[in-house]
Amino acid sequence: MCMRHMFRQKAILVLAVMATLGVGVALPATLAATAEVVVVYTARHYGQEPVFEAFTKQTGIEIQSFDGSPSELFERLRAEGDKTPADVLISVDAGDLWNATQAGLLAKIDSPELQANIPAHLRDAENRWFAITVRARTIMYNTRKVKPEELSTYEALGDPKWKNRLCLRSSNHIYNQSLLATMIKRFGEAKVEAIVRGWVANNPTLISSDTRILESIAAGECDIGLTNSYYLGRLLAKDPNFPVAPFWANQQSTGTHVNISGAGVTAHAKHRANAIKLIEFLSRPEAQQGLANNNFEYPANPQAPVHPILAKWGPFKQDDIDVAAASEFQVAAVKLADRVGYK
Amino acid sequence: MVRHETHQAYVLGPLVKTRFSGWPLAALVITGLLMVPIVSVLSSFLTPAGEVWHHLWRTQLVELITNTVLLLAGVGGGTLVVGTGLAWLVVYHHFPGRAFFEWALILPLAIPAYVLGFVFLGLFDFAGPLQTFLRATFGQGFRLPTLRSYGGVTLMMTLVFYPYVYLLARSAFRGQGAATIEMARSLGRSPLRAFLMVTLPIARPALVAGVALAMMEALADFGTVATFGYRTLTEAIYRVWYGMFDRTAATQLASGLLCFALGLLLVERISRGRARFTETHHRGAGVTPTVLRGGRAALAVSACLAVLGPGFLLPVGQLGLWTLKTFQTGQFAPAFGALLLNTLYLAGLATGLACLIAVVLAYASRLHPSPSVRWSAQCAALGYALPGSVVAVGVLLPLAWLDHTVVVALLERVLGRSGGLLLTGSAVGLIFAYLVRFLAVSLQTVDASLTNIPPSLDDAARSLGASGSRVLRRVHLPLMRRGLLTALILVFVEVMKEMPATLLLRPFGLNTLAVEVWKRTSEAMWQEAAVPALAIVAAGILPVLLAIRLSARK
Repeated sequence: MCMRHMFRQKAILVLAVMATLGVGVALPATLAATAEVVVVYTARHYGQEPVFEAFTKQTGIEIQSFDGSPSELFERLRAEGDKTPADVLISVDAGDLWNATQAGLLAKIDSPELQANIPAHLRDAENRWFAITVRARTIMYNTRKVKPEELSTYEALGDPKWKNRLCLRSSNHIYNQSLLATMIKRFGEAKVEAIVRGWVANNPTLISSDTRILESIAAGECDIGLTNSYYLGRLLAKDPNFPVAPFWANQQSTGTHVNISGAGVTAHAKHRANAIKLIEFLSRPEAQQGLANNNFEYPANPQAPVHPILAKWGPFKQDDIDVAAASEFQVAAVKLADRVGYK
Repeated sequence: MVRHETHQAYVLGPLVKTRFSGWPLAALVITGLLMVPIVSVLSSFLTPAGEVWHHLWRTQLVELITNTVLLLAGVGGGTLVVGTGLAWLVVYHHFPGRAFFEWALILPLAIPAYVLGFVFLGLFDFAGPLQTFLRATFGQGFRLPTLRSYGGVTLMMTLVFYPYVYLLARSAFRGQGAATIEMARSLGRSPLRAFLMVTLPIARPALVAGVALAMMEALADFGTVATFGYRTLTEAIYRVWYGMFDRTAATQLASGLLCFALGLLLVERISRGRARFTETHHRGAGVTPTVLRGGRAALAVSACLAVLGPGFLLPVGQLGLWTLKTFQTGQFAPAFGALLLNTLYLAGLATGLACLIAVVLAYASRLHPSPSVRWSAQCAALGYALPGSVVAVGVLLPLAWLDHTVVVALLERVLGRSGGLLLTGSAVGLIFAYLVRFLAVSLQTVDASLTNIPPSLDDAARSLGASGSRVLRRVHLPLMRRGLLTALILVFVEVMKEMPATLLLRPFGLNTLAVEVWKRTSEAMWQEAAVPALAIVAAGILPVLLAIRLSARK
C-alpha cells in the first residue's frame, strides 16, 4: 500500500510539473504591444549590432530581432502570412531579397531619404528593399607564394597553372551560386560551363567555410581561393600579418562581383512607420559606418567612410550587374555546377 | 504440465482483453497526430517535380545513394563494434578505472556531431596546429590524409553515436544476469565463446535497436556531412531546397530517407521477431567480472581511452580553451542564464512527453499485438531519420494552416481581438517537432526493455485480476526503470543538441544554446561558439550523472 501511495504521489507531482510547463508553452511569446517597437527578422548574425542600440537611443523605439538563416526566415514569413510579427526583413544576399519580393513578402517603401542615400544599383527597382552593406567576392592569394601579376579574372582561375593550388567553397553556398548566376546572366550558360569546367579541372580543394579557405591559403594548402572580402577583414583585424591579400578580379572587364545585405519592410508589418524609420536610420552615414565596420563590409551609402583595413585594399571597379535579377539564373547555376562536377 | 499452464494463461489472455481497453485507441490517436508532419512530407508527391529528379538522376543520384548507403554501413558497423565491445569490457571485466569508464563512456553522447566536426577540423586540418607542427618538423611536403572524406565523416559519427549501442548493450548484458553465461561456462565454453554464443544473441534486440538509432542519426545529419563535404541524400535535400528553391522536390527526396528508415525498422523487427528472448530468472546473482591484470588491464584501459579521448576529452578540452580565451577578451554572451533555462525547459518538457508517449505506445502494442497498433507506433517513429528542417517544415505547414483557418477565428471570438498565431507563434510547434523527431529514441529504448520482461509475468498478474494499467504500474514500470532512465537521458540530450528545427520553429524571442552555437558557427566564429557549445555538453552530462546515481540506488 505504501509503495502504491508513493507512486501515486510521484505521478501527481510529475504530471503537475509537466502541466505547468505546458501552460507556459501554450502562451505565445507576448510581444510588448504598448511600447514603441519594431520587429526585425535578420539573417545578419555577426554578433551584437551596435547600430541597433544607437537607433533605440535616438528614437526610443525598441528593436526586437529574430535571427535565422535566409531560407528559414523566408519559410517562416511565408507561413505566418498576414499574422507575422515581423516588420523588417534583413537578408544577406540580393537573391534572397529578390525571392522575398517574388513571394509578395515585402512592401514598397516611399522614402526620398532612402533613395538619396542608397545608389540605384543597390536597391530594388520598385523600392521594396535597400542595400545596407556591400561585400565583394573576389580572388584571395597567399602573398608569399603568388604575385598579383599572375592573377586577372574569375575565368582565368581555370588556367592549368593553378592546378592543385586552388581552394573553393562548395557550390552549395548561396554566395557562389549568386556569383555563377551573374556570370550566366552576362555570358550565357555555355560559356560559364566551360569556365567552371576549367576550375574543376584544376582539382580544387573544396572547403565549407570562407574563413577556413583563407586559413588554408595562409597555411599553404592552396595558393589562391575565392571568398567574401569581410572574412579577410576579420582575420586581418586579429593578425595584421596574416599572409593573404585580396586581388580585385575582372578590373579590365566586368568588375569584381559584389553582393549586398539589405533590408525591406514586410508586406504585413504591424509597425510600418517604425520599420521605415529603422531602415532610413541604417542608411545614414554614421549608422552605415557602424554597420559596415562591425563586419568589415563596404557601406552602401557612398558618403560613409570605409574601414581603414578595407581602405588599404584600395578602391576597385564593382560589377554593376543587377545581382538580384540574376537570381533568375540561380537554379541554372546549381544545375550547371552539378553537370560539371563542381560539388 | 508446463505446456498446459501456458496454454491456460493464453486462453485467459483474450478473455481479459475483450473488455474495453483504452490502450490501442490512445496509441492510434497519438500516432495519428505524430504522423501528420510525415504525411505532410509525403504529400509532396502530389505535386510533380519530375524535372529536378531528371536532373538529379543524370548528375548525382547514384552517387548520393551510394554515399548514403556507405555512410550507414560505416556508422552501423563502427557503432556496433565500439558500443558492444566497450559494454562487454565494462560489464564482464574488472580493471583499474572500470567504475569511472562505465559511466564516462556515455559522455560523447553529449557532444553534438557538428561540434565534434568543427573541433576536429580546427585541430587536424591542413591549417590546424597538428599538421602545422608536423610540417615544421618533417618538411613542407608532409601531409596527413584529409578528414574531409568518407573516413572522416564515419569516424566523427561513430565517435558520437556509439553510446546508443553502448547504453543499450550494457543494460541488456546486465539484465541477463549470471545464470545464462554460467550455464554456458559449465558446459565447457570459454568466457569469450560463451559471450559470443549466448550473451550476444540474447542481447540482439537491444544491439539492433541501438545500431538502428545510430544509423537513423547518420541519415538525418546535415551539419557534419556539409562541414566535411560528403554528399548524402540529406545534403541533397538542402541543395535542392535552398539552391533550387524547390521545396517539393526537397521533400520528395526526404521521403527517400523515409524509405531508408523504414528498411532499417523492418530489419530491426525481423531480427527481433524471429527470436524472442526473455529472461525468466535474472533476479538471481549478478555477473562476476573477470579480473584483468597487467598487460590485459592496460589494454582494457587504453581501449576505453582510445574512444573517450577523441570522442569527449579532446573536444571538451578544446572548447574549454576557447572559452577561457573568450573570457579573456570579454566577449561573453550576456543573456547566458536565460539561454540555459530555455534549453532545459524545452528539453525537459519534450523529454517527459516523449517518454510518456513511448510507454503508452510500447505497452499498447504489448497488450494488443495487432499489426495496426505495432506498425502505427513504428511509423510514428520514422521522423528520426528526417533532417530537422524537413520535420520542421512538415510541422510548420499543417500548424500554420490550422492557425490561420481555425485558431485565429476562435481566439478572436474568445478574446474579442486578434490574438496572433497561437500554435506557430508559441513553443507548441517546436515541442511537437521534437516529439516527431525523437520519439524513436524513447520508443526503441522503452520497447527494448519491455520486451525483456517475460509475458508470463503479465499473464500471472492479469489472471489475478489486475487491470492493464495496474500491471504496467506494479509490474512493468519498476522492471523497466533502467530502460526508462536511459530513454529520458537520450531524449533530453538529443533535444538539447537539436538545431535546425529549433531555428525554424522557436517562438519569437526564445533562443536556446544550440541557436547560439549555430549563429556563431555559421559565421565560422568557432572560438565564440565554444561557450554555448560547452554549456550544451555540461547540461547533457548532468542528467547522465543523475541517472547513474538513481540507477545505483537499488
